[in-house]
Amino acid sequence: MTDEQAIAQPAQQSHGRATRDSSANASLRVLAVSIGPLIAALVVGAILLLAMGFNPVSYYSYVVQRAIFSPSGLEATLTRMGPLLLIAASLIVAFRAGIWNLGGDGQYLLAAVFVAATVPLTMNVLPVWANLLLGLLIGAVVGAIWGILPAILKAWQGINEIITTLMMSFLGVSLANVLVKLAFLDPATTTPQTRTLPVEARLPRLFDTATSSGLLIGLFAVIAVHLIMTRTSFGMRLRLVGANPRAAVHAGLSVPTLTVAVFAISAALAGLSGAVDILGTHGNVRADWNPAYTLTVVPLVFLARLNGFGSIAYVFLFSALTIGGESAARRIGVPSFFSLVIVAILLITLGLAEYLDKRHQERVRR
Amino acid sequence: MQAPIQAPAASVPAPSGAPVVALRGVTKRFPGVTASDNVTVEIRSGEVHVLLGENGAGKSTLVAMLAGLQQPDEGHIEIDGAPVAVTSPKQALAMGIGTVFQHSMLVPSLTVVDNFALGGVWWKRPDRAGIAGRIEETAKRLGLRVDPYALVSGLALGERQQVEILRALMRGSRCLILDEATAMLTPHEAVGLGELMRRLVAQGIAVIFITHKLNEAIAYGDRISVLRLGRNVGEIGPETLRSATDAENTERIIALMFGTSRAGEGSRGEHRTRVVGDSVLQVENLCSEAGRVPVRDVTFSVRSGEIFGIAGIDGNGQKELAEVLAGQAQSSAGSIRLMGREIGGTSVGDRRKSGLRYVTDDRLGEGTVGIFAVATNFLLKDIGAAPYWQRGIEHPEEIRRQADRHVQDFDIRTPGIQTPVGKLSGGNIQKVLLARELTGAAQAVIFAKPTYGLDVNNIRATRKRIGGAADAGKAVVLISTDLDELLELADRIAVIDRGSIRGIVENGEGARDAIGRLMSAGDDR
Repeated sequence: MTDEQAIAQPAQQSHGRATRDSSANASLRVLAVSIGPLIAALVVGAILLLAMGFNPVSYYSYVVQRAIFSPSGLEATLTRMGPLLLIAASLIVAFRAGIWNLGGDGQYLLAAVFVAATVPLTMNVLPVWANLLLGLLIGAVVGAIWGILPAILKAWQGINEIITTLMMSFLGVSLANVLVKLAFLDPATTTPQTRTLPVEARLPRLFDTATSSGLLIGLFAVIAVHLIMTRTSFGMRLRLVGANPRAAVHAGLSVPTLTVAVFAISAALAGLSGAVDILGTHGNVRADWNPAYTLTVVPLVFLARLNGFGSIAYVFLFSALTIGGESAARRIGVPSFFSLVIVAILLITLGLAEYLDKRHQERVRR
Repeated sequence: MQAPIQAPAASVPAPSGAPVVALRGVTKRFPGVTASDNVTVEIRSGEVHVLLGENGAGKSTLVAMLAGLQQPDEGHIEIDGAPVAVTSPKQALAMGIGTVFQHSMLVPSLTVVDNFALGGVWWKRPDRAGIAGRIEETAKRLGLRVDPYALVSGLALGERQQVEILRALMRGSRCLILDEATAMLTPHEAVGLGELMRRLVAQGIAVIFITHKLNEAIAYGDRISVLRLGRNVGEIGPETLRSATDAENTERIIALMFGTSRAGEGSRGEHRTRVVGDSVLQVENLCSEAGRVPVRDVTFSVRSGEIFGIAGIDGNGQKELAEVLAGQAQSSAGSIRLMGREIGGTSVGDRRKSGLRYVTDDRLGEGTVGIFAVATNFLLKDIGAAPYWQRGIEHPEEIRRQADRHVQDFDIRTPGIQTPVGKLSGGNIQKVLLARELTGAAQAVIFAKPTYGLDVNNIRATRKRIGGAADAGKAVVLISTDLDELLELADRIAVIDRGSIRGIVENGEGARDAIGRLMSAGDDR
């Protein structure tokens, strides 16, 4: 027996043991690792609620009741998923390619403002569907434009994109506010806001419900991004750059070009999210409005390990938590940002679960 | 022990004292590599003991064990003749072993004094004036000038190193390890460090000086231990070092570093039977400033079926040359022609398409992506190519078929083709690279240190592949720091030194001596 076989064999044995172990307990362990942390997070959240003097059972049941089991609540939950899913798609493209585009808020808001400023004016000239397409296009283009500077700086100067995208985000949010207050002001109202897109000119609703078809756009974007990243050569190139830029250079890829492409797609999706939110839900932008979706979606896509389908599940959960949480805030008095607290606890419990799982596997191997 | 007789008075600086620190039969293994193999070294006070060896010879592992960062698997460390276990850097310091690492361990935004105060207890205000006084006193004793209140970021690299040496001494080090201490210094600073080492040993300190540079070893060392592939292959004592000329010492060290004439002579006959064809790869006056070592005016040509070896001590522009040839680094002048076509200005991908392959020595750093599946790593350089992708869409069936074929043809030991490549042993990762680079329409293949860090069986398998590539009519460039390997495989051998080719030797009788002469000639300058 050669040295190598001697080395390889124990490795194979342990691997065999691992597969047997996982085939027997696989589904159970996956369940424990994915559901366990959720339950743990809800329990910790319940303890916090108790400490704050609220009844956790009534809070949770109220949230679930309002966000999922009441028709209007479920419709609101699903409608909110549209823009959130587009943001998730934007982040998945970037993170899988190893690029931290954290400037989604600026890209989103600027796109929203430009869409809101344009479509009420063009609706008289264009048919509704063309007007909506124009709105979506404007959103994507404006978002992408706001990503150009960080993209160039990253691609050719190697400047850290976390800092540049965050800075561009602050600038974008401020610029959007300035535009709403000065340039795109609706002369017909006294409150500073853009012209409003009438309800009949907005994105169509799904099957006689109040759910916006923005949900479909979001679902389509996330699934498309997921398939592109996992099944195509373009996605493979992006993943290679993300996993090991030096290997990408070694393999002959043009890392700067791919970097710019990633920024363009990611920022365009963030801009599209703004367009969908305006065209589907809000119809206008009020001054100082900034939902800041991006930074709340970042933990969600990480919880889903940058998996598109997992992201849909987490976005649904988060959407329900916020919609239910907003109702609960009015009714029970628990602050509406408590849903963010749950997400934060969930991040911690999931991290812990992964750590424990890894340690368990190592012990089994030994 | 004869040491006490040799050094009767400890207070008087003796040229050769008792072993302060000793490694006895120390072995350290990492997955796939034996980094230290039964190493025995004695470090005496009042001596500069050079540990000389190439990258991967096991120098850093010895330092890590002495500094308490790692523990030996076998053997032990002795201090003043008593076996000890050095389990932490703190303990190493307490035992009098101070280490100055290659990269500065000082906080650049703090002053020298504050850096010295960092080790103190947290509840006491540091006695800055006291420390500053002691710094100045120690510095003066060693003939150094250090401003205790200077910001570290404002100091030159040589000065920072002096500060680190001072810090190690003030913490009571009797044995000072300088790890690749001259690597970051200007030539002038390096000379200064050499003088400082002399003054340190004059005060009875034992200095361990780690380097891969021959000339420095001879210039500053009292005793030289040569490490090769984890083993201590020979020691040259102070008497021998002093009595011989530098040239003789150089020759002796090169003989130790690259092995003396022995095995491999028999196998050399085989490749002579190969049919050497037309010139495939022609490199003329190639220059590049892109890397750490500039490539200067390199000219050679390789014919089909020929193995062209490039010998040299590691870090003399081999990597830079390979990267310029492969297109990963820009050339500043000269031409590279493949099959008569100029490829000097083309991209990495175009060069690969026209038949140039590059087997990198940095297998995990750039050759593969550790978290990607074996099957994926086979295709890293062909993303989007048919039949694995059709119109940009992946065809898993084709990818799987190719991976199965490679695993079988190249005898890759892996649990499966979906196993992340980073989980394989070094030898199997190398086989993945070879499978990727040697299949398809390759015309010329560049191998960079292809057997570096592999075990004996994988070395043999890899060398067979290299010979096989040449047998198949490919032009092979073999960059290696292992002279035996080059003598076994290559038809002609060039010697590279500081980025330029010193000369090209036909492999055959007397080639080893001719190469040795070219190498040492380079070191004399």
